[in-house]
Amino acid sequence: MYARREHAGSYSDDKILGSCALFGMMNLTCERFSSKEPVHAISCMRERGNGLGGGFAIYGIYPDLADLYAFHVMYMDPLSRRRAEKNLMRDFRILLSEEIPTKESNEFLDPPTFWRYFLEPKPSKLRDENVSSDEYVVRRVMGINTGVRGAYVISSGKDMGVFKGIGFPEDIADFFRLNEYRGYMWICHARFPTNTPGWWGGAHPFSILDWSVAHNGELSSYGVNRRYLEMEGYGCAMKTDTEVLAYALDLLARRHNIPIELIAKVFAPPYWEEIDAMKPKERLTFAALRRVYGSLMMNGPFSIIAARHGEMIGLTDRKKLRPLIGGMRGDFLYISSEESAIRSISPSLDKVVRPYGGEIIVGRLRDLRVMETPTLVGRVYA
Amino acid sequence: MRRYLLPEYIVERDDLKCTRCKICVEQCTYGVHNYNAIKNMIESRSELCVDCLRCVLFCPVNAITVRRNPNVYKENYHWTYEFITSIKRQADTGSALLSGMGCDKQNLTYWDKLLLNACQVTNPPIDPIREPIEIRTYLGGKPKMLEFEFNDEDITLGTKLGPCLCAETPILFAAMSYGALNLNVHEALARAAVDCGTYFNCGEGGLHPSLYKYSDHTIVQVASGRFGVDLKYLSVGAAIEIKIGQGAKPGIGGHLPGEKVSDDIAMVRMIPAGTDAISPAPHHDIYSIEDLRQLIYALKETVEYTKPVAVKIAAVHNSAAIASGIVRAGADIIVLDGVRGATGAAPKAIRDNVGIPIELAVASVDQRLRDEGVRDEVSLIASGGIRSSADVVKAVALGADAVYIGTAALIAMGCTLCQKCYTGKCPWGIATTDPEISKRLNPEDAYKRVVNLVKAWSIEIKEMLGAMGMDAIESLRGNREQLRGVGLTDRELEILGVKMAGE
Repeated sequence: MYARREHAGSYSDDKILGSCALFGMMNLTCERFSSKEPVHAISCMRERGNGLGGGFAIYGIYPDLADLYAFHVMYMDPLSRRRAEKNLMRDFRILLSEEIPTKESNEFLDPPTFWRYFLEPKPSKLRDENVSSDEYVVRRVMGINTGVRGAYVISSGKDMGVFKGIGFPEDIADFFRLNEYRGYMWICHARFPTNTPGWWGGAHPFSILDWSVAHNGELSSYGVNRRYLEMEGYGCAMKTDTEVLAYALDLLARRHNIPIELIAKVFAPPYWEEIDAMKPKERLTFAALRRVYGSLMMNGPFSIIAARHGEMIGLTDRKKLRPLIGGMRGDFLYISSEESAIRSISPSLDKVVRPYGGEIIVGRLRDLRVMETPTLVGRVYA
Repeated sequence: MRRYLLPEYIVERDDLKCTRCKICVEQCTYGVHNYNAIKNMIESRSELCVDCLRCVLFCPVNAITVRRNPNVYKENYHWTYEFITSIKRQADTGSALLSGMGCDKQNLTYWDKLLLNACQVTNPPIDPIREPIEIRTYLGGKPKMLEFEFNDEDITLGTKLGPCLCAETPILFAAMSYGALNLNVHEALARAAVDCGTYFNCGEGGLHPSLYKYSDHTIVQVASGRFGVDLKYLSVGAAIEIKIGQGAKPGIGGHLPGEKVSDDIAMVRMIPAGTDAISPAPHHDIYSIEDLRQLIYALKETVEYTKPVAVKIAAVHNSAAIASGIVRAGADIIVLDGVRGATGAAPKAIRDNVGIPIELAVASVDQRLRDEGVRDEVSLIASGGIRSSADVVKAVALGADAVYIGTAALIAMGCTLCQKCYTGKCPWGIATTDPEISKRLNPEDAYKRVVNLVKAWSIEIKEMLGAMGMDAIESLRGNREQLRGVGLTDRELEILGVKMAGE
């Protein structure tokens, strides 16, 4: 098990680098579906992972408890659970808590235990702090992930959850008995960490509130992304570059209220040469985005699939150093590292989307138009 | 009184090669070489030589060699040559020792203990010859976040950003005043700034009217002497810099002896010709941070908030706290000038002993501003002894937005760091206002050399960025993950915020 560093000072920011497979599948009419197809598709790209990480984010899995925050918490030892639950009980009204059912398996050597809690912030605490409940949840999650040894909140959104660990994705799906869940959107990841051994918390997707991100690549800009987010109150505890993507999405989308198409332009901005050539109003907007959010530019090869309720996006770095492809058939949107994974479950497609570097694929619930960036650039005004 | 000083250098001449062309006689401004017509020989007075190497480089037959005087005092690790010489000089004159250029002491350079990262396997290095790598750098204040307005499908930017500088490379030319330097040097720097898409800082001696045409690329400085400051001067530059301190002489103002104050310099500085131009040590309207705030806003009001205002301080022990105050006082840019920062003249004791290395100052200021959540509201310029593109890259990785270069630009023009700028006899025609000697510096030639230097460094910066897998400099800014230290203590690594190599 990965030993956690006691003094996570500004210079101890070990990260885990990797190259991986991504697969996302969304029903645009919110129809929920089983694990069968997404797990099949991600396992089709076995070559891109190495068994040191697999994971899923599933949206729409807890419809009966959709008003409550669903915390999935990973515990490295029994003591960590006691410590974290003390915090949770102090800060939240917990309406239901249970161990996440897993399959007995010889595949995994000493897996951590996973618990889930359905909870809401204590009203009195919320009043004292005078913040939105989302902000309250983010702060508590940061508190546990950076402050409680051996406990990691791996997802904290409503009506969604993350399941992940060391193994090939299909093994992880088995382990968490994902065939018992149904969701309208699945984000899947197979991991190939290279520089450090994988650990359970380092598997993807990474999640905060209902954002989840699966990532293929390596962020050379991680050092500055992390320091910027720390300045904004996000503590990076998972030792992997992907974490910063999830927090950056939360910061920009929720706290700064920036539309996802423009967030894509923060992560993978146009070149100055392109900005200089834009019409004056656009130029102002895009120059301002780069000047103000330059520290959140994600530099280095990446492709990501990110999602929140009702929205799934795919994005690559501006040089497109990692693969990404989108496909549609009927009400389904697929985003994948490789076309073969999509074709393995949907041999014929109505539409195939092959974005250029820095172009975003956006799928929105009940919106059958799948957006690609060029339509956006024309409608940004300063 | 007989002087007890050993000649520092020995000037040797290969008399068989020497053609008696007398170029060395003409070139030496210190009177080392003299032609003896009776003997038909050129004689050299070694004790006057400052090792500027002008004669060596200009001798058409390579007949001259300058080397350190092999006569040394008895070896003593405590009483070194420098201390013995200094004492003897002071015993002769009874005055404070002056020196030019920056501190030349050992053990104050951390750049050489920092190493950069490069991509291998898991992400691809980027080839700057084939792919765009962006080093454009905006300098100025910024809001913490942007607000957008949404109407149907339209997205409109609602936040107005403040004024800023846009440099095409993170290298700017540091403040060096007209008076310390002559107009040819200023013109060369101004033209180079235009060519390189960057900025030249005119220093505290005002801006010559003939250079107003380059003012879009000029940062005008307001120092404690207020020389040359009027409405036109403030309005004409691209930015205004308040000089509180200077790395070469923290706690002291600039001194320009009356002998260097010619008519033209007097006109630009707005003082009578021949008078000493002594900047007070403090700004007498700034005795604390709230007064600085008033000056910052007085200047902003004057130019109607159209230009960013920078504040330059010397890197000293509590720079981090001072910098934090400066941000809150409303500055858009903070300039940190480290102990290696140079000068035309400074008391040697101060130059060599006051201030801290820029590497440590940048690291601690950047961290402090982050701890307080205000780092991105200002830009940070590191200054003082930047010698190479690698120093620039390391400065940016530690947390600077850009750097100022002064000494490096002068070296490009010909300076050999003989450290005698305060004599006003600079044989390279740089740190002199003597009209005859100033002619030695051809602004056309000097400007090209400086442009070449900046272009060369910019290419190297792109190479290093590309090797680290980054195609834009904003991803390097404050990215200490890209640095590793060697030969440093844990405490030094902690203050620099970098890991040990191998970690």
